[in-house]
Amino acid sequence: MKNSVDRDLPEDVMKDLNYQPFESTEIGHPEIQRVAPKVHVSTGDDKVVTSIKAVVKDTLKDGMTISFHHHFRNGDFVFNEVMREIIDAGYKDLTLAPSSLTGVMNDMVIEAIKAGTITHITSSGMRGSLGDFVSHGGLKNPVIFRSHGNRARAIEHGDIKIDVAFLGVPNADALGNANGMAGDAVFGSLGYALMDAQYADKVVLLTDNIVKYPNTPASIKQTQVDYVVRVDKVGDPDKIGSGATRFTKDPKELKIASTVNDVIVNSPYFKDGFSFQTGSGGAALAVTRYLRQAMIDNKIKASFALGGITKPTTDLLAEGLVDKVMDVQDFDKGAADSMHTNANQQEIDASWYADPDNKGAMVDQLDVVILSALEIDTKFNVNVMSGSDGVIRGAIGGHQDAATAKLTIISAPLVRGRIATIVPDVTTVVTPGDSVDVLVTEYGIAINPKRQDLVKSLSNLPGVPVYTIDELQQLAEKKVGKPKPLEFTDRTVAMIEYRDGSIIDTIKEVKD
Amino acid sequence: MEIKETAVAGTLESSDIQIMISKAADGIQIDLQSDVEKQFGDQIRSVITTTLNEMGVTAAKVKAVDKGALDCVIKARAIAAVQRASQTTDQPAWEVL
Repeated sequence: MKNSVDRDLPEDVMKDLNYQPFESTEIGHPEIQRVAPKVHVSTGDDKVVTSIKAVVKDTLKDGMTISFHHHFRNGDFVFNEVMREIIDAGYKDLTLAPSSLTGVMNDMVIEAIKAGTITHITSSGMRGSLGDFVSHGGLKNPVIFRSHGNRARAIEHGDIKIDVAFLGVPNADALGNANGMAGDAVFGSLGYALMDAQYADKVVLLTDNIVKYPNTPASIKQTQVDYVVRVDKVGDPDKIGSGATRFTKDPKELKIASTVNDVIVNSPYFKDGFSFQTGSGGAALAVTRYLRQAMIDNKIKASFALGGITKPTTDLLAEGLVDKVMDVQDFDKGAADSMHTNANQQEIDASWYADPDNKGAMVDQLDVVILSALEIDTKFNVNVMSGSDGVIRGAIGGHQDAATAKLTIISAPLVRGRIATIVPDVTTVVTPGDSVDVLVTEYGIAINPKRQDLVKSLSNLPGVPVYTIDELQQLAEKKVGKPKPLEFTDRTVAMIEYRDGSIIDTIKEVKD
Repeated sequence: MEIKETAVAGTLESSDIQIMISKAADGIQIDLQSDVEKQFGDQIRSVITTTLNEMGVTAAKVKAVDKGALDCVIKARAIAAVQRASQTTDQPAWEVL
């Protein structure tokens, strides 16, 4: 069975898991029925407990689905503390459904898989030892990878039915009113966790900071919370995000960033009231700085900036160059602090951000997005999930979702070391070429031929050579040589969903 | 060219390769560590072997730690290591360059 991006999908697995092959980036206007969680009625007087073990015992049964958020990133203490209790209590056959998995969780997840505690995983991504473990066939059932918007969709549909959500927060009152902005381990927006708080049958907050009732602003509300567990420390503030984001000095990244800026400024979308999203990579951050100057020079202001937010973006907000920041997560402390102090930085949940099955998501209103790529192929398909060795080492994040913007720019170097970024066929298709408009490299740009309007507006920019994507691919191959094709077994270790829940690609077990 | 002592060329920086050559009884044995082993391991070994052959080296033990070097870099580091190991740095082998 092949899908519309020409990927061969394993018929038995597709049938077992009841999946449809990916067809189109168009979502259309279907009518959707959302699900609702069970409510265990209470006046809320006895929510505070001190033992994770007791809460696990009260809430969890074999075969259930548990969830966590990844807003603490590599500073997370909550995941490992809760999983320790769950493994030690001998639970079996759980589905792990976090918003994503960060490196600090890897060893615990591997232990839980080996113990039979976790038998199914759905996540935005995984890296390091866990990606390696799964790519070598360590988990029997294929991992389901979903974008942030698609996770929200799947939760609302009931495709992911969370029985118990364990959500770490830097503050909460005794009834469970909580936010991500005050306390020791602050991370700003609770965007991804808000889905779990709204849809899980049981919501367990874990905090090291129980504050006076009622706690406001309340991102997670007492109406959603079953337990508030007091723990010693929810996270390590130094590892949640870098304190100050440094501006890259790498000339290659700067060249790419200034070219991205040229593309944006000369596109039809660069006008007063435009909107944009940038990632957190070195080049993306540098783009923000070039864009700031271009906005000042042309007397243009943006109506909103979207997505994962960094300090360079909140600086634009403070300067009045951006009217609103729509914030689903914060990548550094500066951005998290700004959410606390600036009323124009609005916390949004993952559904509002990017769920396709919606009455309008923020990404549907987005003009310009700058995204990265591990690989991009001559059909403009992008891989952000598997490394050049075929091993899982990435995350979809909001890539598929934000790529639906009116102008989707992929910024990537032509080669990284000896690995070509532009290839004849990506190892894993994550974002279909149909939603990608311009590729920017340090050598020049390639414009998706289906965007003849952009070909017209971007073809004669001084200092911005335009190539076909095939020419850029050949240039890369000439530099690094032709790699030996990767070898995989027939076994499927992961399914990549498109944001509508269809299958865009699969990942096979690597052969070593 | 005869390998007389152990010598090394190259660094462990990204896009470089560190090649260490020492004496061996016969044949060229290559011990390669590379981040791109799967895709380019054979190619890297072939560049090293060819370069050594061109320099008339028939017996050597080669330890190479690759950090994603291009073929031209691999060849340059191999030549430098051979010249150092054969104590011929004062007579560059121009014909193989």
